[in-house]
Amino acid sequence: MRKIWDIHGGIHPPENKTQSLQDNIRAAGIPAQLIVPLSQHIGAPAAPIVNVGDRVLKGQMIGEAKGFVSAPVHAPSSGTVAAIEPRVIPHPSGMSAPCVVINCDGKDEWISHQGISDYRSLDKNTLVDTIRNAGIAGMGGAGFPSSVKLSGGKDKPIETLILNGTECEPYITADDILMQERAAEIIAGAEILRHIVEPNETLIGVEDNKPEALAAMRAAAEGTGIEVVSFPTKYPSGGEKQLIQILTGKEVPSGGLPADIGIVCQNIGSARAIYRAVCHGEPLISRVTTVTGEACSTPRNYDVLIGTPVQYLLDLSHFDASRCIRLIMGGPMMGYTLQDTAVPIVKTSNCVLAPTVEELPPPPPAQACIRCGMCAEACPVSLLPQQMYWFSRAQEHDKLEEHNLADCIECGACSYVCPSNIPLVQYYRASKAEIRQAQQDKIKAERSKERFEARQARIEREAAEKEAKRKARLEAAKAKQQSATKDGSKDDIIQAAIARSKAKKSGGADNPPQDPAQAAIARAQAARSGDAVSETAEEKTARLEKQLASTEKRLAAAQQKLQLAIDNNDDNVEAFRSGVEKTEGKLQALRKELDAHRASQAPAPAESVSDDPAAAAIARAQAKRAGGAETESPDAARERLTTQIASTEKRLDAAQQKHADAQAQGDVNAAAFATAVEKTQAKLDKLRAELAALPAAEPEPAAEASNADDPAAQAIARALAARNANAELSEADKARNAVSSLEKRIAKTQQKLDQAQADGDDNAAILSDTLAKLQGKLDEARQALDALSQEEG
Amino acid sequence: MIELITQHPFAAALLALVSLGLVFGALLGFASVKFKTEGDPIADQVEALLPQTQCGQCGYPGCRPYAEAIANGDDINKCPPGGEATIAALADLLGVEAKPLDAAEEAVPSVAYIREDECIGCTKCIQACPVDAILGAAKHMHTVIASECTGCDLCVEPCPVDCIEMRPIETTLQTWHWDKPQPTEDLIASDRRGNSPIEAA
Repeated sequence: MRKIWDIHGGIHPPENKTQSLQDNIRAAGIPAQLIVPLSQHIGAPAAPIVNVGDRVLKGQMIGEAKGFVSAPVHAPSSGTVAAIEPRVIPHPSGMSAPCVVINCDGKDEWISHQGISDYRSLDKNTLVDTIRNAGIAGMGGAGFPSSVKLSGGKDKPIETLILNGTECEPYITADDILMQERAAEIIAGAEILRHIVEPNETLIGVEDNKPEALAAMRAAAEGTGIEVVSFPTKYPSGGEKQLIQILTGKEVPSGGLPADIGIVCQNIGSARAIYRAVCHGEPLISRVTTVTGEACSTPRNYDVLIGTPVQYLLDLSHFDASRCIRLIMGGPMMGYTLQDTAVPIVKTSNCVLAPTVEELPPPPPAQACIRCGMCAEACPVSLLPQQMYWFSRAQEHDKLEEHNLADCIECGACSYVCPSNIPLVQYYRASKAEIRQAQQDKIKAERSKERFEARQARIEREAAEKEAKRKARLEAAKAKQQSATKDGSKDDIIQAAIARSKAKKSGGADNPPQDPAQAAIARAQAARSGDAVSETAEEKTARLEKQLASTEKRLAAAQQKLQLAIDNNDDNVEAFRSGVEKTEGKLQALRKELDAHRASQAPAPAESVSDDPAAAAIARAQAKRAGGAETESPDAARERLTTQIASTEKRLDAAQQKHADAQAQGDVNAAAFATAVEKTQAKLDKLRAELAALPAAEPEPAAEASNADDPAAQAIARALAARNANAELSEADKARNAVSSLEKRIAKTQQKLDQAQADGDDNAAILSDTLAKLQGKLDEARQALDALSQEEG
Repeated sequence: MIELITQHPFAAALLALVSLGLVFGALLGFASVKFKTEGDPIADQVEALLPQTQCGQCGYPGCRPYAEAIANGDDINKCPPGGEATIAALADLLGVEAKPLDAAEEAVPSVAYIREDECIGCTKCIQACPVDAILGAAKHMHTVIASECTGCDLCVEPCPVDCIEMRPIETTLQTWHWDKPQPTEDLIASDRRGNSPIEAA
């Protein structure tokens, strides 16, 4: 005789098992419609693999497992898929979940299937896969996929395999009758499990209130080495962890699994389903379910197809709805009320209980806890239900966790013994959910915080980048201005201006766009000053040529119009004609002027190089100054210089030739030509030097570019530089600088504000705020400046 | 040494006390440098209790600023998304009296929903979202990443076409849980003698 351990606490409620044991298991038959939920197990719901309208055969897979902890579902009978839609499922919430609805054709036509004759020759993984594909999930109540239990715990050898035939809840006899009638199948299933798990010992635990089942099991297990252990009846010995403790004396650690202590536990119903799956190739499509309670006149056990509506079973048992107080799925201790009789039987449905009022009266109102401590005595997990009750009421989740609420198996023994009828289990269930919710909220809060901080960081970074860019622009503009005022000697500007004008003449459209604009400004300035001398000879030629060309075009257009008008006998012919004449006159005048200009230029070509350009350059320099700080990128500068060099080279050649000619002819101007050649040569040298200097200046902008991805660092560097520069200034200077910069900022902000107001922008308010703040700062700065200048004065 | 103490007990005592004072003073000074805490640990703890919806209903621009304000003595009852549970936790942490929530009612957990066919793609809600949970581009329809939405409803107001609404989070089979039993009056035996439970309490 094997040693039996005892568990703490436990209760002995009225068993009420005999009612449903009067008769054998009866096949429930095929209902008109089967509702097969896609999630009948713990884990991810199965994914439907059939479509509405498809014909399915009995045993055909209709939903495939999604993920490791999941199980497939199969068609329990042949028929047509009528719908794949949410239907009310057996769940305490009474909510709906996706189901495959099959209209049965009554033929009950099997899909071709074949069992494995010699499973012992097969690999364990293949067997586990077979079990997984058969959709077997724990049939005791929780519905944990059996294959997961069997494939896990490879790191630790399994010492003991336990089959759970305890069935401790009152009323339920599904396992009892299964053991009585199909003991051989259960033992065969146990053999398969032994082959997979390879335990040292295999135990089948059965309470001593099932003598017939015990006898049948012992007979079937004869000579197999499987030990059928009987032990005193007590609720809740059927809990997995409780049964392990009773049979082995070992306790599953808090938060652990039986595999952690080398034990695998399976329900006897699951063992039988495994036998059917392995040896007959039949997936889990039916189960034994007890229909009992006094509201049913013929309580009994049925072999039910999964998906059969509860109403169908109740009809078979002659259910009297008027006598039933509430319909319970499961037992009276751990079951839940069904709101709807259309819900289907699923893989975990072991009992449908239809009690009368006398049988299971509604709980009387709860009274105050009198701290009698009976709940603590009844608790099979040795918790302190009374303490947890108070903590649950006060929402003290930390304390609940400290009191190991998570280990509560929700058996209901505490509520059962409570003299004050406090629904203790409900408190624990709710608190467990609250704690889980709080944990999820915490995770979500963490993520929200991360996202919020990431966003803040991004906004700051963008602002810093913008600021850095703005600073860079400002810096560049300042540098440009300084270089313009420092080494922008008149001579240089003159040379540059001449070169540009030359380049423009030769290059045409290739010229940088700012050049024509500058030239235009210069011209305008020149025109304003009314000084004819300020126009260079070349420019004049160019202008005249341009005018000539455009006038010619206009003339052509006018002539065409005139011709058209004549052809159409238009009234405006006269007007057109006079227009053409006028244009012709203008054209002639222009030609004359151009000729005269060319003639005037011819005698003194050297002067045109040296004297006239000076005047033009003055004009251009003025124009440039008026045009403000104009930044020039190094590339543009290089391009400009190259064109300048090219044109200067050309001019040098021309001048040299002229000089040679003059010398050959013994011209009086030969000396002048010589100086011109010299000057041009010098200029060319200078330009080349400038060009050579450019790449040397390059590294700075390059470095800047490489720094571009770290604008913040750049900004910091610049700020440091600014601070260093400031340190050299006197207090008063600093104040002055501050005032001027503030004034600038105010002006800018004012402009922006005007713009924003004009556009009706949302930012107007912010801008006006900013303006007010700046004004305040300016006032402060001015006061500081006044104070300082008084000190100095 | 003993001679000195016996001859000048006063001076010896003074010397002992001064030297003790110096030693401990140095120790404290060293400790204050060595174990200096960065930031505000109270604000960090407070922040950990706040729901991080970043909704600004407390009057501060986000949960961190409110946590800092609480650490500096602001009221703990300004967080509607946190509700009574948060107030209780804060009161517990700070050792102050729990106050009733400074709002009409606790915020129901909800999620923003953009009616996508009405969205004009103005991106204003994207700019308003404190956790970047709205996806979209200018002149393209926007949508809410429901799993990241904190339900702060900051995006509702800026929408020029009012196409954003807050929808309470629906209970699913996964999120459903047992409710707590209705707290009945705690009856005791004397209640049966005609005394109403309220008076008895």
